[in-house]
Amino acid sequence: MSLLSIENLSLSIHGTNILRDVSLRIEPGEIHAVTGESGSGKSMTAFTVMQLLPNGAKASGRVMLGGDDVLQADEARMCSLRGARVGMVFQEPMTALNPVKTIGDQVAETILIHGAMPRDAAYARAREVLQRVGLPEDRFPLSRYPHELSGGQRQRVVIAIAIALQPDLLIADEPTTALDVTTQAQILDLLKRLVSEDDMGMLMITHDLAVVADMAHRITVMRHGEVVETGPTAELLRNRRHPYTRMLFEASTHQVNLPPLPPPAPLLEARDVRRSYRLPRTRLLEAPGEFEAVRGVSFTLNAGERLGLVGESGCGKSTLTRAILGLEPLQGGEILLNGAPIRAQGREADAIRRSMQVVFQDPFGSFNPRHRVNRLITEPFHLLPDPPRGAAREAAISEALHAVGLSPDDARKYIHEFSGGQRQRIAIARALIIKPDLILFDEAVSALDVSVRAQILDLLADLCAQYGLAYLFISHDLSVVRSVTDRVMVMQAGEIVEEGITEEVFSNPQHPYTRALIAAAPVLDLEGAA
Amino acid sequence: MLRYALKRLLSLVISLAVASVVIFMVIEVAPGDPAQFMLGLNAQPDTVAALRAELGLDLPKWQRYLSWAGGMMTGDFGMSYTYRTPVSQMIADRMWVSLPLALYALTLSTLIAFPAGIFAAAHRGGPGDVAVMGATQLGVAIPNFWFAMMLVLVFAINLRWFSAGGFPGWDGGVWAGLKALTLPAIAQALPQAAILARVMRSALLDVLGEDFIRTARAKGLSRRQALWRHGVRNALIPVLTIIGLQFAFLLAGAIIIEQVFYLPGLGRLIFQAISSRDLIVVESVVMLLVFAVIVVNFTVDLAYAAVDPRLRNRT
Amino acid sequence: MRGRRNLIAGAMLSAVFVLAALVSFVWTPHDHTTMNIPAKLRLPDSAHWLGTDHFGRDLFSMIMVGARTSIAVALVAVGIGMGLGVPLGLAAAARKGRWIDEFIMRGNDLIFAFPSLVIAILITAVFGAGAVNAIIAIGIFNIPVFARITRGAALSLWERDFILAARVAGKSAARISVEHILPNVGNLLIVQGTIQFSLGILAEAGLSYVGLGAQPPTPSWGRMLADAQTLVSIAPHLALVPGMAIITTVLGLNLLGDGLRDWLDPRLRVART
Repeated sequence: MSLLSIENLSLSIHGTNILRDVSLRIEPGEIHAVTGESGSGKSMTAFTVMQLLPNGAKASGRVMLGGDDVLQADEARMCSLRGARVGMVFQEPMTALNPVKTIGDQVAETILIHGAMPRDAAYARAREVLQRVGLPEDRFPLSRYPHELSGGQRQRVVIAIAIALQPDLLIADEPTTALDVTTQAQILDLLKRLVSEDDMGMLMITHDLAVVADMAHRITVMRHGEVVETGPTAELLRNRRHPYTRMLFEASTHQVNLPPLPPPAPLLEARDVRRSYRLPRTRLLEAPGEFEAVRGVSFTLNAGERLGLVGESGCGKSTLTRAILGLEPLQGGEILLNGAPIRAQGREADAIRRSMQVVFQDPFGSFNPRHRVNRLITEPFHLLPDPPRGAAREAAISEALHAVGLSPDDARKYIHEFSGGQRQRIAIARALIIKPDLILFDEAVSALDVSVRAQILDLLADLCAQYGLAYLFISHDLSVVRSVTDRVMVMQAGEIVEEGITEEVFSNPQHPYTRALIAAAPVLDLEGAA
Repeated sequence: MLRYALKRLLSLVISLAVASVVIFMVIEVAPGDPAQFMLGLNAQPDTVAALRAELGLDLPKWQRYLSWAGGMMTGDFGMSYTYRTPVSQMIADRMWVSLPLALYALTLSTLIAFPAGIFAAAHRGGPGDVAVMGATQLGVAIPNFWFAMMLVLVFAINLRWFSAGGFPGWDGGVWAGLKALTLPAIAQALPQAAILARVMRSALLDVLGEDFIRTARAKGLSRRQALWRHGVRNALIPVLTIIGLQFAFLLAGAIIIEQVFYLPGLGRLIFQAISSRDLIVVESVVMLLVFAVIVVNFTVDLAYAAVDPRLRNRT
Repeated sequence: MRGRRNLIAGAMLSAVFVLAALVSFVWTPHDHTTMNIPAKLRLPDSAHWLGTDHFGRDLFSMIMVGARTSIAVALVAVGIGMGLGVPLGLAAAARKGRWIDEFIMRGNDLIFAFPSLVIAILITAVFGAGAVNAIIAIGIFNIPVFARITRGAALSLWERDFILAARVAGKSAARISVEHILPNVGNLLIVQGTIQFSLGILAEAGLSYVGLGAQPPTPSWGRMLADAQTLVSIAPHLALVPGMAIITTVLGLNLLGDGLRDWLDPRLRVART
């Protein structure tokens, strides 16, 4: 008998169909990955197994967990199954733990709530489990609170909570999406090890095909609430029978064709840039400490060049980006754009800044929800001494929208009428409208589904060819940076530790940190599988 | 934790200092000479001058402020202009009515609001929730002094369970005193409980939407267990803020309720003082109320740290 | 669904009282100041729809005219609170962590230490009682309420990328506050304004009840209750009528506020104190 067998599961929430006829099985010791883009229903499948669905959910079919059909089980029965027979790990470790309870209490609670053992034994077990997930007691006593731990460490606590009673099945919903790549590699290793040591089954939900290929024994691809294709990992990667599967995998490994570089002429120059923040006082009478977010960064970006900046969270790349945009004061060094310092004041600053624009990560937070698209994308006109009016303005709006593949009619709409990918196009239109020499892409494709991401990357390449655009592409995603940049810089702890031609850095990294990054990043190698 | 407490304490001292200056200055602009007022319109100028000297009214402003503020720190609030008795004595007598009343009302309000708010949140959208929310909607709209009049009408005049007003003093026993304060406390507590219950409910609903509640449910906790073990304590943080504000409101609001029940508290004192232009009494009672509010806020800040470990090692 | 019902019920109740106040300028069933001792303490009948008080004055007319005082005091007080509080909150958020933010927020804390009743007492002690003092006292207390919620909402907006985009477009903090922040806190301010309006009506009633608010001959619900107090055992309707007027008005405004919140944006964080 399978550990988990889902048969013809359909689900609707308040009448909206979420899942249709989903079937899959998991055997002990097997990692079964369910993948797909947003809206595919992959997470809802996991929550159906746990019966932790929002109000108004109606499910039909059969979901057999061992001998129990969870769709028929009453709430009391489900409570005795959750945590004991099936554990769950969530996407966001920063919020998955109760901030006012110690990690020891939270792990021991799993054991105590099921009455599995007396209090002392439960805490002894909690200690063991935390040790098992890599949080030994001498460094991470049970009395620690979640806010004293990093994201990766918190995810280990969440895993400890899930496996404390050695469940038969572990459900992991995007367990590493919120983590840095090196942390991701460690957590994935941990999960793999736990599955094989305890002979657990694991249902892993993830959008990241490289992770899927790396981890899973079986893969199920979903789209719009339906299973598109399922099979053993190697076989599925090799054959990719369904066109959607093929599209998905190709989009993940999408390569764009960048136009050739013009002869080098400096556009953006950073010289020994330093940015530090005052830390809050730790002792009453001592001077407050300083945190150096950017520690003496120098680089040059040439006209028409596509430069990448990679690094993990907290490495200082966001601070550097804001400094380049002139939004942060510097404690040392200077940043020049076309030879002029970007921190100039007043109208002079506008004249310098108008050759630089930015596209942010979040397609939802980048626009004032109360303005129409024509007003949104003309905001940079504020930088012009004599912004176009009337027909000239309309023409500029149409041209910018056209350049990013939208229709001029979209100018009268509000931002909520667009999808995530369309919003990023509008963000690019906003950047393009004053014809800058340089655009900063700050994690600009990180929030997008792979198929949409591929389209946006193609758009970038097109714009480079058309406008001779230069950009600085800031991202944590190594594979994307590899595909869309000529040159790349690797940033760690406020410093650029390696810099060079993108292909060379990736194929022959010199700095140990670069090596660690590249080694940790899961790679989707379709040729190897074929 | 200690540093957090010290920092809050420092801000408490600064607030008190600034508040005392503000109060002093406001009273200073008051028209009319207290000495003249005390002696009547027909007083001889030299008698008035003598009294001014006796009361210290002829000194420069900053000196008078310092002696007032310094005196308060040692419990010396000065002499009442009208009664010629120490203000501290007058206030101390009245405090024993107003402070117990505020605490009594706060206790009642909390005892009613917590279960009501938690119950409503736990049964969100159900008939129980709708009933509690409807009751609180009404409770928020009722002026407490009107409610007090209705309580008097029903429980004192018609049913004769309580007396319609007055206070026997604590000498007659704790129970007699508490009984006399019961109707005023209920009158103040119910509208406040309505607000607090709404805050409790919405804070709890916010917490119940958090990720860690889902983690708790995934462990095998039932909805109810997750609510009690993980929800309530996290919901306390916004609720504590409101409790702090309510105490201030109850203490100051007692001024009105005391009028309804003819209670000899700070409220009665302050109205007598206003009508007889006994400004030093007004000044002192106001300062005392503000002092109480600031101290309560300080206590609430400390309570935050007890509830939320994230605050303990912050500056 | 329920939000819509709240909105309609609240709007209707509030409208009734605004209408009563407006109509009272041109018409009341009786003159609200005319005494008629023989007809004193009448229960509601066809001549006096809500009965008469101890001087034989028509309660219905007094309630209509009293609505004027309540609405005027609460409205101006909310205006003071918004007019000063919102710019302060916007400025504090725009200069987060700088001295001006500290200054505004500490100032707020200081005002919060003075409950509106205490402010009213201070003002009355100095300048004597009157409706204007009630307005000032309630208005001053409203300033930190609006400053705080504006700052809170504005701070989270300042973190959003569209504000960064505006800064990249070279716009000043003041311009961003007006162009981007203010329209996005508008809903919150409307809802909070409704709530403060209802609290203002309660506060005005309380102040007039203890004699710190509107003085005779200005009619006021709070003073009607004060007059009713000694007579409540023989003529309960003297207390019931103004009490019900206050309750229904405040209830209507609160329902309106809740309904507006659900209608505009259910996630708004509104302060209730």
